[in-house]
Amino acid sequence: MNVDSIRDGIVIDHITAGLGRKLYNLLGLETISVPVALLTNVSSEKLGRKDMIKVDADIPVDFNVIGYVDPGATVNIIRDGQLVEKKQIDMPETLVNVIACKNPRCITSCEQELQQVFRLSNRAKKEYRCLYCETRAAVL
Amino acid sequence: MRSVIDVPDLSLEEIDRLMDTAEDIIAHPAVYSERCRGKKLATLFFEPSTRTRLSFEAAMYELGGNVLSVTGAGTSSAAKGESVADTAKTVSCYADIIAMRHPKEGAALVAANNASVPVINAGDGGHCHPTQTLADLLTIRREKGRMGNLTVGVCGDLKFGRTVHSLIAAMSRYENLRFVLISPEELKVPSYVKNECLKQKNIPYTQTTDLESVIGDLDILYMTRVQRERFFNEEDYLRLKDSYILTPEKLQKARPDLCVMHPLPRVNEISVAVDDDPRACYFKQVLNGKYMRMALILMLLKEAGRL
Repeated sequence: MNVDSIRDGIVIDHITAGLGRKLYNLLGLETISVPVALLTNVSSEKLGRKDMIKVDADIPVDFNVIGYVDPGATVNIIRDGQLVEKKQIDMPETLVNVIACKNPRCITSCEQELQQVFRLSNRAKKEYRCLYCETRAAVL
Repeated sequence: MRSVIDVPDLSLEEIDRLMDTAEDIIAHPAVYSERCRGKKLATLFFEPSTRTRLSFEAAMYELGGNVLSVTGAGTSSAAKGESVADTAKTVSCYADIIAMRHPKEGAALVAANNASVPVINAGDGGHCHPTQTLADLLTIRREKGRMGNLTVGVCGDLKFGRTVHSLIAAMSRYENLRFVLISPEELKVPSYVKNECLKQKNIPYTQTTDLESVIGDLDILYMTRVQRERFFNEEDYLRLKDSYILTPEKLQKARPDLCVMHPLPRVNEISVAVDDDPRACYFKQVLNGKYMRMALILMLLKEAGRL
């Protein structure tokens, strides 16, 4: 399967197979009107199988979302058809308005104006907790 | 602006200093009786509380300060839909310090992030209640004369009891402790509390369902209530409920210098007959809570440059 090379935009590569769609949704890519390709279960020498996302437009992307969903992913920045930067994304310490707290007793459940803030509480377990009530975020 | 939302907001040194101040207040109350003259504490209690609100208000009055009080969401602007953030900003215009209880977890942090005066969390749902833990710590220090080298038993509902989790976390910062966790199988301490507070710090602990078999080993016995609604079936509750009621008979096996504690309110988990035993410390805990709140109010007002 071929997807044309992009001219100006980003390629999110080495996404763990199965997490591409989650990342696509959390990045809000379904709501923007630019060319986006989500490739799943692509052959990979490094991972065996991987997912990829290609965005053919110079749009702002929240790298924290990528680090949260899959800290092993890499981001390639493309300009004029050339790779100009390759980023390895680490897990962010804080997530703002990426995921929502599911605890019905949390203050964010009744005060909609509050930002949804999660802090990295355990790096080894990839565990995030709500800043307000400390409820653990659901595992992806 | 420094606020206190949870016990870890305070360093071990700060907690020790607060206890020093509380003990100095106990020894020399007259010295402190005018310290907060002209200062106002706002007590914003959006859910029912008797002891905690009165304790904060008594603390401020004994420091010579005044109290502005809101009790119950129904009588405040919260009933009109005002956010916690707006309430905190508004009350900051009237008061020098705020003590807040709210049914939603994290509400105190929202208040602290928006207030221009210090906020003390007086309980945010089932989340944190730091001044209860401060009261517990002062009680242990006053009764035992030390914070380390203790065998601490916690008994009852160890799964949902926030005071127990907070006490274990706070005590785990001291040296040479052992914990005995006494509860029904259904109400054991959650594994994250054991992992973060005990296992990672190599603090020895044992778990048991039988209070009588371990009561003789304890320096501290912290009782909590086993509630009927926590059980999956009525049969288990009926079978177990009496095991976790402390009676004079069970106390016969305990050390003569045991310290029996309870965050209160008590229902039936400590027999009234135990109240006359010199080892019963739960009403002293109430009093210690007031002194620790006085110490905390003084510390935060000083840090905020309001004293």
